[in-house]
Amino acid sequence: MIWSAFKLSILVVSLATVVVSIAGTALGFLLARREFPGKELCDSLITLPMVLPPTVTGYYLILLLGRRGLLGRYLFDLTGWTVAFTWEAAMIAAGVMALPLMVKSARAALETIDSRYELVSFSLGKGEFETFFRVTLPLASRGILAGVVLSFARALGEFGATLMLAGNIRGKTQTMPLAIYEAFISGEDHKAQVLAVILTLASVAVIYLTNVLTRPQKVS
Amino acid sequence: MAGSEGEVVVAAAISLQDAFLSIAHLYQERTGDKVDFTFGASGELMRQIEAGAPVDVFASAGEREMDALQSKGLVEAATRGDFARNSLVIVVPAGSTLGLKAVEDLARPAVKRISIGNPKTVPAGIYAQQLLDHAHLWGRLQPRLIFAENVRQVLEYVERDEVSAGIVYATDVRIAHGRVQVAARVPDGTYGPILYPVAKIQGSPHQGAAREFVQFVLSAEGQRVLQKFGFLPVK
Repeated sequence: MIWSAFKLSILVVSLATVVVSIAGTALGFLLARREFPGKELCDSLITLPMVLPPTVTGYYLILLLGRRGLLGRYLFDLTGWTVAFTWEAAMIAAGVMALPLMVKSARAALETIDSRYELVSFSLGKGEFETFFRVTLPLASRGILAGVVLSFARALGEFGATLMLAGNIRGKTQTMPLAIYEAFISGEDHKAQVLAVILTLASVAVIYLTNVLTRPQKVS
Repeated sequence: MAGSEGEVVVAAAISLQDAFLSIAHLYQERTGDKVDFTFGASGELMRQIEAGAPVDVFASAGEREMDALQSKGLVEAATRGDFARNSLVIVVPAGSTLGLKAVEDLARPAVKRISIGNPKTVPAGIYAQQLLDHAHLWGRLQPRLIFAENVRQVLEYVERDEVSAGIVYATDVRIAHGRVQVAARVPDGTYGPILYPVAKIQGSPHQGAAREFVQFVLSAEGQRVLQKFGFLPVK
């Protein structure tokens, strides 16, 4: 139970973090640099899972992706597959919960960059694409990395929305936080302790890493 | 307000929710005492009481949880009594075309997912396990089982069509408002019996009101309400 929950957590959280990092940076860039109608509304919707109780987010995900959900029903009609109670569901729940942290970090990092560097790049004939990857992204890298680490941590601790959308199936959707919950309510205190310690150590490592990554570099 | 009378905190199995809310309403009219509830899986409530939750009365969907608390001296044995019986049914989403008729039909390949309560903490899950064991299906159906955190969650999964079938109490069906249908009643003696014990918690904050509430549940009036909600008398 401990090992399978650990493996599943790492798989789910790693994949969720990769997707969230890319999508979150792209969204952060759009929000920081582009003007479009409904921009702040878009930001608010992305931020919502950070504010709502996770169970409410989970509930919305079921309404959206469940077998009879707004999108889920079409998915089921087309493929005969439904996302609920699969490990993919745990990944989606973790990703949705982590996305706001990534977008916020990326947006803040990109907004604080001195745009003159980019203007210089443009003036030297570099395109938008190249400028983004060779100037903008490196300048914002600390903030973005911090976002990645925070997203990883948030995804690792995700419980409520996962329980709603993915259920609590041992070996299939039972991530570490769910395994701790089950171990505790069924009186298996030892298992709960082992898992809690593993999760705590992982979280401390993540916070430590964030602090190191976001420490202002001394100018030598 | 520790120690004050006039209110009572009841931890009750979630299958009792509707019946107990109705009982509490009557009790409140009679005595003026306020009743607060915490509903959940009996195993989960048991753990909370063990951890010192300020609860006055425990009503469990199984003897196992009550026995565990009694063996630790956490309930007043003298106040304990069985107040209701229940039975299991197999439910399917309304409009299901699977045509399930008996427990054995759950083994059909078309029945992709079956939800039951998590046997570790949900008494309905233990009874479901006994039922499937009795039909020699427990091992075979393992990969298709979706464990829920309490019996009402099983009902929710079936209502939403997330699972092909679920095993719940007969009393749960009437609160699903037609969104599930009973596919099969299962023969008595293949599981259970499903007995609901109630008792006062040792050293509870509201001694007098707690005792009164337990007596009210066991009284003819309490029994009438329970039977109105489909619970069976203890005999």
